[in-house]
Amino acid sequence: MDGKQVAEAVDRGEERVRALAPDAASYTAADRLAQQPTWSEEDAGRDAVWGACKGSGSRPYRIVVDLPSGAAHCTCPSRKVPCKHALALLLRRVREPLEGAEPPEWAGTWLAERRERARGAGGEAERPSQGSGRSATARRARREARIAAGAEELEQRLADLVGEGLSSSERGGASWEETAARMVDAQAPGLASRVREVTSIPGSGERWPERLLSECALLHLLDRAFLSVHAGSAAIPPPLAETVRSRVGLTVETARLLSEGTDRLHDRWLVLAQREAEEERLTARRTWLRGCASGRTALLLSYRAPGRPPEPRLPCGWLLEEELVFHPGAAPLRAARGEGSAPPRPAASGAGPPGTSPLGALRAYGEAVRADPWLEQWPVVLESVVPVPPSPGSSERWQLAAEAGESALPVASRTGGPELWRLAAVSGGRPVKVFGECGHQGFVPYTVWSGGEVVAL
Amino acid sequence: MSESTTTSGPRSAPHAAAGPSPADTRPSAGPELPPWQELLGAALLGAARRRPPGGSTTALLDAAAAQTVRQRAGAQPASARPAPAPAPEDPRPEMPEAAARRLAWLLAGRHRPGGGAERRTASPDLAELLPQWLAAADEAGYAAPAEQVPTLLEAARGRTDLRRHALSLAGPRGRWLAGLNPEWRFVLRSAPPSTVRRAGSTTAAGAAPTGAEQLLWNEGLFAERVAVLTEVRARNPRAGLELLAAEWGSERAEDRLIFLDTLRHGLSTADEGFIEQALADRSKNVRATAAELLAMLPESAYAARMAERARAHVGLDRCGGTARITVEAPHEVDAAMRRDGVATAPPQGQGQRAWWLSQLVDSAPLGGWRDRLGGRSPAEIVALPVADGWERELHAAWCRAAVRQQAPEWARALIGPPTAPLAHGPGDPAKLLTVLPDEERADWAARFIAVHGLSEAFRILGVCALPWSPKIGTAVIDALEIARDQGSYPWSFSGVLGLAERCLRPSAAERLTPLTAVPDESGDGAPGAGAYWAEAFQRLVTTLRVRAEMYAELEVEQ
Repeated sequence: MDGKQVAEAVDRGEERVRALAPDAASYTAADRLAQQPTWSEEDAGRDAVWGACKGSGSRPYRIVVDLPSGAAHCTCPSRKVPCKHALALLLRRVREPLEGAEPPEWAGTWLAERRERARGAGGEAERPSQGSGRSATARRARREARIAAGAEELEQRLADLVGEGLSSSERGGASWEETAARMVDAQAPGLASRVREVTSIPGSGERWPERLLSECALLHLLDRAFLSVHAGSAAIPPPLAETVRSRVGLTVETARLLSEGTDRLHDRWLVLAQREAEEERLTARRTWLRGCASGRTALLLSYRAPGRPPEPRLPCGWLLEEELVFHPGAAPLRAARGEGSAPPRPAASGAGPPGTSPLGALRAYGEAVRADPWLEQWPVVLESVVPVPPSPGSSERWQLAAEAGESALPVASRTGGPELWRLAAVSGGRPVKVFGECGHQGFVPYTVWSGGEVVAL
Repeated sequence: MSESTTTSGPRSAPHAAAGPSPADTRPSAGPELPPWQELLGAALLGAARRRPPGGSTTALLDAAAAQTVRQRAGAQPASARPAPAPAPEDPRPEMPEAAARRLAWLLAGRHRPGGGAERRTASPDLAELLPQWLAAADEAGYAAPAEQVPTLLEAARGRTDLRRHALSLAGPRGRWLAGLNPEWRFVLRSAPPSTVRRAGSTTAAGAAPTGAEQLLWNEGLFAERVAVLTEVRARNPRAGLELLAAEWGSERAEDRLIFLDTLRHGLSTADEGFIEQALADRSKNVRATAAELLAMLPESAYAARMAERARAHVGLDRCGGTARITVEAPHEVDAAMRRDGVATAPPQGQGQRAWWLSQLVDSAPLGGWRDRLGGRSPAEIVALPVADGWERELHAAWCRAAVRQQAPEWARALIGPPTAPLAHGPGDPAKLLTVLPDEERADWAARFIAVHGLSEAFRILGVCALPWSPKIGTAVIDALEIARDQGSYPWSFSGVLGLAERCLRPSAAERLTPLTAVPDESGDGAPGAGAYWAEAFQRLVTTLRVRAEMYAELEVEQ
């Protein structure tokens, strides 16, 4: 091939790359980027090219392009498809062809997943469980790899934030929103919601820098823990590793849990409370249960899409007699009900389960936090507490005060006024039994027992 | 009971126990960590500007994570503020469970729009049913379930027409809550008499004020004092009067007005001396109320004085063969009349002398007119011609007196037959009707509707006893059917239809059911009216059925 032929080939190649670009600006940027000395780890193999490009962050972005389809993957936060890094990498290969290399693991994983998906053309597999056992495992591995890449990126952003100073965070958080969106794409909703939480804090009320530092630190802890679990490190014991995976968003599917779960408990389960909340266009229903014999608390969590009919409610004070299977974790709480459960029935007594003191509730939460540092709250039953409203005109929070003694739990400020007044009305200034969640932001009451009757707040 | 069984804490705890420690000091048990404030300061400033504790952003975040978890795990209870004093016991029985559920349903639906006047659907209007339910439950003597008391208070705050019964049902628990929440302060201002009466039912009728009541009267808030006074007055009128009289001079004018008004219940000549004094009160409103109360006592000296004055201006003239009434209106208001509450300045549109006359006749006992006018009965007196065009003024004053003095014979004579042309009578028939016995009232109303239709019937129906007697029910339904057949739209009768939902007996549903069918469109009717009528009747039937269920749940007879 003489120089002229090469030039023509390059021209044709550049035209093909230009055709891939989402807009003219991307191509111009890619053209400029392709000539920068910021490239490393570049190579090409059968039907694929890959490489790394130093961007504004300290860690270079990694790019893989599947040549037959033109599909590209890049760790940069850009939402353009393909991004300028992918275009630039293609331009570089057009101008300076390479071939014959085996892709490194990070590129190979993506390529394998990409091609697998292409093979399942038409009915693109959404759920890992729908594939064969082997490919499902492979998919899970690839999903984890993407999450790990996301965690690395988050670490970088956190380091940048703390490096620049938290006070800088009040100015705009658009790039974080992109990060959150990419966490959703990576099927890591746990990380995504934490990122959103972090971005919502700056400038939000009193002591926001403290809350921001705490949330950043816990996000950092989760990133590090997940990367460690992902790397197969033995530093994290298995139950905590499960907690880390579920905190990130890698929960065990119910069907697998029911067939393979080891933490199973048959008991008479008393319904403590049932609550619904809108979460990301879905309705989340939480049901808390207390085992009458074991004293253990369980949380059933289910989601339903808009317009779908809800399952029948489980009223407070009813009993389920069946086996629950707990999700694995360091502070196991979430559980699933197996098939063929007996129908629920009202409990004979309306006295409610045995409870604890305000100090006991904080200890229970504390114990749980030691096991699962990301835990926001823990379900507890408080025995004999009196609701104390704020004095009129003050900014005090509601309290649940121990009947005897001076200790009290502040009520979380997100608890609704109507619920608290209902609680006060039921109590009438006399001690009552209250079920709710005890957390670092305070106690959230859900159910009250008084005089043999149970009232859902 | 051990902590582990009561709280079901996590089953594994991978870290060493860090003892609970006060939240704000964040001490470091276990590995040495930089203090939280130092970490926060470094993070705020930016690790790139100054070397952070630990030397790197990672070390800074590591330490902050550890501190955060420590602080959360080691949180201590807050110190408790004083709890409110427990709410007083409510001696009333709880309502049946079905009734409690019904209340929750009604309260939850109370904001649902009824559809306005133009177009309503066939489903019952909860906003209409709620007041009826509250009244029935209250009169049945139930206490509201405690968990529904806050919603009841909210409902009472938004709708004054619900207040009386809602607050009564809320009872002592409601008043207790109102003391804790400034938004419900209105509850303390309005004294719910029925609750007070029932709450005091442990004290025997006729008993003197208890020590607690005396204390509350001496030191309580205004609303509490009104409640005590009302309660004591209800069981022992004399004791109530004594309570009031003791501190009378030191009360504020607006309080005096309300206190004085409580004497309306159980009013007797024993109260006369006290009220007579109040005629000389510094406050004009107190004086007017005193005069009004005294006028309700025909044997009082005040009534005698007013009778004396009235007689001087109204007489019988037998000249010329036929008897007639002559009127010589007063020419002045003297000091004694003013002291008795006669106002000098007439309302706009009324002549001065006519105004003075009417005040005298208003307050004069009706019983005195028989002697003055030749031994005639009220009917005969009302039938007498009145000279010089004074009939309207005179009869109107008698109407007011008949209502105020609750004189059925006079009311009967003045209201005239229900078949008389509209706007003919001197007084307000709706007010005069209230003086007549229930059955007579219903009879009059039913005949009135049969003759005049529904367009003027709203206020008449409003004063009829609930639920309507079968006679009124039939008259109203017949009139509605006639209105439909004449081709009107149902919303021209929305007032009466609304009343019917509230007042018809559930048994009327049977009579209404045939009307829920859409009638054949008649040529001259308003287009589409038939379907609207069918819908209106359907709603009426549904509402009546719901009402029947409501009363059944409350275990009361309607």
